[in-house]
Amino acid sequence: MSALAHYFEEEGLATTAIALVREHAEKIRPPRALWVPFELGRPLGAPDEPEFQKRVLRAALALLESSTGPVVLEDFPDDAPGAKAEDMTGWVCPVSFAPPPAEDQGPATATLQEIAELSPWYQLSLDRRKRTMVGVSGLEIDDATRFVASFLDETPAENPMPDRPAAFAFKDAFTDILAYYSEAGTAQPGTRSSQEVQDWFWQQTAAGKLMLAVQEAARNSADADLRIFVEKTMLPKTQGG
Amino acid sequence: MARMEDLVESEQAHLRHLPLPSFESTPWIGGPALSERRVAIVTTAGLSLRGEKLFTRGSADYRVIPGDADTGDVLMNHVSVNFDRTGFQDDVNVVYPIERLKEMAAAGEIGSVADFHYSFMGATDTGEMESSARELAGMLKEDQVNAVILTPV
Repeated sequence: MSALAHYFEEEGLATTAIALVREHAEKIRPPRALWVPFELGRPLGAPDEPEFQKRVLRAALALLESSTGPVVLEDFPDDAPGAKAEDMTGWVCPVSFAPPPAEDQGPATATLQEIAELSPWYQLSLDRRKRTMVGVSGLEIDDATRFVASFLDETPAENPMPDRPAAFAFKDAFTDILAYYSEAGTAQPGTRSSQEVQDWFWQQTAAGKLMLAVQEAARNSADADLRIFVEKTMLPKTQGG
Repeated sequence: MARMEDLVESEQAHLRHLPLPSFESTPWIGGPALSERRVAIVTTAGLSLRGEKLFTRGSADYRVIPGDADTGDVLMNHVSVNFDRTGFQDDVNVVYPIERLKEMAAAGEIGSVADFHYSFMGATDTGEMESSARELAGMLKEDQVNAVILTPV
């Protein structure tokens, strides 16, 4: 991120960067950067906190009026609202799943059942948030699941995204499944940490188990892109990835 | 929370050993008062509009996000899974603060908001993005932009 500031500024465009990793800003030395002590993925601090977000923006934009450069690296003084562990309430997903289908029906069947049970919660999320992050692959969620699950088979299903290499189509379908679960599981307003939602998906859902099984199966795939994806960018580091 | 010591060890190691570009000097462009600045957002969050061409691993190009795009159509397809997405799921402004900038422009805190904003996919080597970034600088200047806020993810 901070490197882009060098390129823009060399082209005559003034920049101010928000930095989530202070050590990187210290090394890259962009003209102006505001380090923020927020969770990765949340450069403005917290969702639905417009006044706090504006405070962050004001602090970053104010660096444009600094006359002490080049290289201004300031620290934003406050943690994000809700970022402290003690603010968390021990979130649990409100959905009580029915007992999984018989073991021999496989993880794909169990995941499809789960998705059906989550459907009203996903709809509730749509009604409340007025938006969804599902839609990267363009597939219906059931079809995305079947496609991902087919990588358990010796020969995966035909790539449903003809303009995308199969490994990236797999990744896009996976992204949609994650988003579907995340949105449905958090459809009710309330405080929860991103870690709690992630733990729920990977440790308590059939979809998480399906993904782990697919990851294991795809480690030996002939598709190098797929191997890289499942080994490096599928399971979060906080889940042992 | 993004203090290095708060991250799991494997993530700390990854971030500490990430190859970073080095620059011999730092350029510095001035400009008018904030109340006269036209501001654009450039993010590395891997954002694109629904139905648009998706990023892949190593993508060095960027996507255009019109300032009046429905935020419901702004999707994230970054390749990394090692950052939170639930914040963006709840509110695009936590990554792409378009509504906050518009409010600040309406209040006279900044001059105006650019017509177009842009997203790269930050897992790519930034050196690979250089030519795209320089090209983009020209487009931003054509839009009379004289201040860019860069947001990571």
